[in-house]
Amino acid sequence: MKAANFDYSCAASIDEACRLLAGANGEGRVIAGGQTLVPLLAMRLARPALLVDVNRIEELRGIELRAGVVAVKACTTQANALASEIVREKVPLLAKALSFVGHTQTRNRGTIGGSLANADPAAEICMAALALDCDIAARSAASERITPSAKFFQGAMTTALASDECLTEALFPIWKGEGRTGTGFQEVSIRRGDFALLAVAVQALFDDGVCRRIAIVVGGLGGAPVRVHAAAAPLVGTRLEPNDLSRAIAALQGSIEPQSDIHASSDYRRRVAGALLERAIAEARSDAAKV
Amino acid sequence: MSRHEITLTVNGRRHTANVEARVTLVDFLRDDLRLTGTHTGCEHGVCGACSILMNGKPVRSCLIFAVQAADADIVTVEGLAPDPETLSILQDSFWETHGLQCGYCTPGMLIAARALLNETLSPTEEQIRDAIGGNLCRCTGYKPIVEAIKLASMRMRQSNEAGGKYAGAE
Repeated sequence: MKAANFDYSCAASIDEACRLLAGANGEGRVIAGGQTLVPLLAMRLARPALLVDVNRIEELRGIELRAGVVAVKACTTQANALASEIVREKVPLLAKALSFVGHTQTRNRGTIGGSLANADPAAEICMAALALDCDIAARSAASERITPSAKFFQGAMTTALASDECLTEALFPIWKGEGRTGTGFQEVSIRRGDFALLAVAVQALFDDGVCRRIAIVVGGLGGAPVRVHAAAAPLVGTRLEPNDLSRAIAALQGSIEPQSDIHASSDYRRRVAGALLERAIAEARSDAAKV
Repeated sequence: MSRHEITLTVNGRRHTANVEARVTLVDFLRDDLRLTGTHTGCEHGVCGACSILMNGKPVRSCLIFAVQAADADIVTVEGLAPDPETLSILQDSFWETHGLQCGYCTPGMLIAARALLNETLSPTEEQIRDAIGGNLCRCTGYKPIVEAIKLASMRMRQSNEAGGKYAGAE
């Protein structure tokens, strides 16, 4: 399995990357860590005419604490994000998600922006982004824009990014409010680090044992990750008693449409989603009690 | 199709080459430099047989184009042994515990283990299993590989106590 021919250009700046993409007539693709894109090229599921390498662009690396958000620049490797104290302290859900992403070898190359831009249906980073209402910034030669994650992920391997745009950074909001925040990330996969057959991400804010705010995202469904408001809304204001959880699980299972594939059936995934939601909520709750 | 001139260091030797953009680093190492110790398995980032150290970090050389490795410092399995006739402690430990059968995964396993032992000489079993978690082996059932890495870490610690030089690095 070898990639088809393509031209390659290594950009020195975001401006240069955008110029190169603009000149490629829609046939250009950004390559960062290549951990999603290179397999697609090898299997010839992607055949771009031009690869624009953004790995050496210094302004695309780093993690910054800004007003109310953690800004993760697109080419930050997953390994560096996982090791970041800012990420662990301010957006722990992203840190938990990252611990499920691939293996050491792939995290050393794979980037945050690359995972978001490729939007693999099982990508844990996309789930964390969606749960936290992350804003995703992108630039083209002509413009610059920010897309909320709810509009960014449009389907399996499909995002709001245009072919001439370069994702520049992801802004992960830090939850504020009275009380304590807890996070849970639960996943079932064949081996640790493999693609999620099903995964559930939860972030919740508790005030004296009462859930004041909660976000629930399910991934591994076959399409884009799904933020399940129907399961989250009835939990707000409750103490997450068993009957509250049962209602949320039923709402979750009723609102997702998992695909069947060689690894797992739709029914199996739906049942696993319920079990993982319960575990993720329990994890979030004990997490909040610990702080 | 574009071609590019690259210079990179492999196992301490500098190489300059002209590569086609679509050539992966593993194919460049094997076909151009004739360093066939690094194996091509799945060629799409699943099996880990092609693992190498790039600037000190373990990565999959089938998921990197050679042109992207310009200026990089690379260590392949050939770079682990002190000389062509002697096995390193790590390699000898794989031999000792039967940490291989067909040997196809072995270069990737050795690189993954080496990367771990560069970080710590006292890895827990969980750390060892996590470190080789991205490498498939269809023969051994992994247990002898885990044993090999444990044995290597013990021998390297002992060597250090006797005045050796394993500050993590071999």
